[in-house]
Amino acid sequence: MKKRKFNFANFYVILVLIFCYAPIISLMIFSFNSDRSLTNFESFSFEWYQKLFDDSQVIQAILNTVFVAVVTTIISTIIGTIAAIAISRMRKVLRDGLLALNNIPMVNPEIVTAVALLLLFLSLGIGQGYITMILAHITFTIPYVIITIYPKLRSLDDNIVEASLDLGATPMATIWKVIIPQIKSVIIAAISICFTLSFDDFVISYFTAGTVNNISIYLYTLRRLEPTINALSTILITGVVLVLVINGIIKRKKRDFNDEEE
Amino acid sequence: MSPKKLSSHLKDYLKRPRTALDKFKLLGIPYLLFLLILVAIPMFLIFLYAITIPNKDDAIFLTLTNFVNFFKEEGFIKVLWDSVRISIITTIVTLLVSYPLAYIICEYKLKFQALLILVISIPMWINMLLRTIAWKQILSTSGPLNTVLGWLGIAPINFLGTDFAVVLGMVYIFLPFMVIPIYNTLSKIDDKLIEASLDLGASKSRTFFKVTLPLSMPGIMSGVTMVLLPSATTLVVPRFLGEGRYFLIGNLIEQKFLKSGLWNYGAAISIILMIVLMIILFVTKKVDKYHFDEED
Repeated sequence: MKKRKFNFANFYVILVLIFCYAPIISLMIFSFNSDRSLTNFESFSFEWYQKLFDDSQVIQAILNTVFVAVVTTIISTIIGTIAAIAISRMRKVLRDGLLALNNIPMVNPEIVTAVALLLLFLSLGIGQGYITMILAHITFTIPYVIITIYPKLRSLDDNIVEASLDLGATPMATIWKVIIPQIKSVIIAAISICFTLSFDDFVISYFTAGTVNNISIYLYTLRRLEPTINALSTILITGVVLVLVINGIIKRKKRDFNDEEE
Repeated sequence: MSPKKLSSHLKDYLKRPRTALDKFKLLGIPYLLFLLILVAIPMFLIFLYAITIPNKDDAIFLTLTNFVNFFKEEGFIKVLWDSVRISIITTIVTLLVSYPLAYIICEYKLKFQALLILVISIPMWINMLLRTIAWKQILSTSGPLNTVLGWLGIAPINFLGTDFAVVLGMVYIFLPFMVIPIYNTLSKIDDKLIEASLDLGASKSRTFFKVTLPLSMPGIMSGVTMVLLPSATTLVVPRFLGEGRYFLIGNLIEQKFLKSGLWNYGAAISIILMIVLMIILFVTKKVDKYHFDEED
């Protein structure tokens, strides 16, 4: 579309951006407030950070969240990648059927997936804890891995795979040395999607984790919201922003590098 | 080698068992098992639990009591109605905020467009509970918003526990899910179509309603689905911004499963929820179709 100058439009964009960021920024500012007030900034202090790190429950919740996210990401990415390769080789009927089944956890409301998994664990008599939570996380993240990787696989040239097989490479070697290198970028994308989904998940964890806490469950079940929450938010938000910035820098460097090569 | 022999060789070659390629298919088996156990069977279990009642002998009794109970209790119909009402209001407000925003973003230079979309999607990566808690703090009687209102001479208003707070929180959480699909379709519209419409004498507003809007319909529809479903079932926003006055269907399922241990009843409510959502989606799709027919 043509570029035009209209001031009302700029104003509207700024307004929406303020709406998006005001709550986040206010959280961050008041995390350094020595008072518990949310309007009066008394003086700068790390009091709430100190209290946050003294709270063993919070620390445990953070560790659990990271642990579950890492395990989930590793397993989901491996199963998902292999499954996507298999699906791309299947006949249309089977492929469409599998992809439809794959979509269920994505189109279902989260709470239905959560209830379904809880009922499974209850019927099988599996005690809820880390294992059920990780199984549940794998269940809802794999579909995202597959839909991230599958389209790229479809776009690859089949002849290269066939050439590799005809030249005597085993299927395993072909996957490892021919297919994976070509889909590296989407695998990395899948890893980051998987990790974030697992890290931020609330509903499904809440139903399947039993007494295990992650950050979201901890926040949801808190009786009183203390300013320590602001400190926790600030740390998590800084983490997210750092990752995004680093990601951006790497992408830019790669692009510059490619430009030079050309 | 005779041509005949060569052609038969060629035939053999083309017909050769491509076992190696076929082996890749076998790699799907673990995933297939996984899907069966963790996706298909659990979905079936919801139905099974919903139409049975627990009893001591471990025998299965088929029954519709779980569903009948839901519709008998007045409070539950209100819960269902509240969920539908809040999610529809949220979806409409989100659409009204997002469409102009996506439209305006498309008018900027390409690089700036990418930057704006990035900036709008960053909050999605931050824990949803924290973002909701942030609004709880802002809207509370001693929060920043009431302080500003105080300077203007307005007495503190307790926003929490009102439709306003709940809808605001949901719009905030789901905004990127609406902006991004709409932006994607809008940015792909060929400028020439719009120029053609203007050149052929259509006014700007007519061009918008007859060209731009219909072409962006797919984006609107995917945005609507992505906001409607989660906003009808969220637990978090009513918990933090509803002050206990908002008890939506998600909260009801949570209560039945995790607090009262009434699994069969909870399963029946989940099924009612799924049916209601399917009806809403079906109606939205119908409206969409009608819209297109009219344009033709």
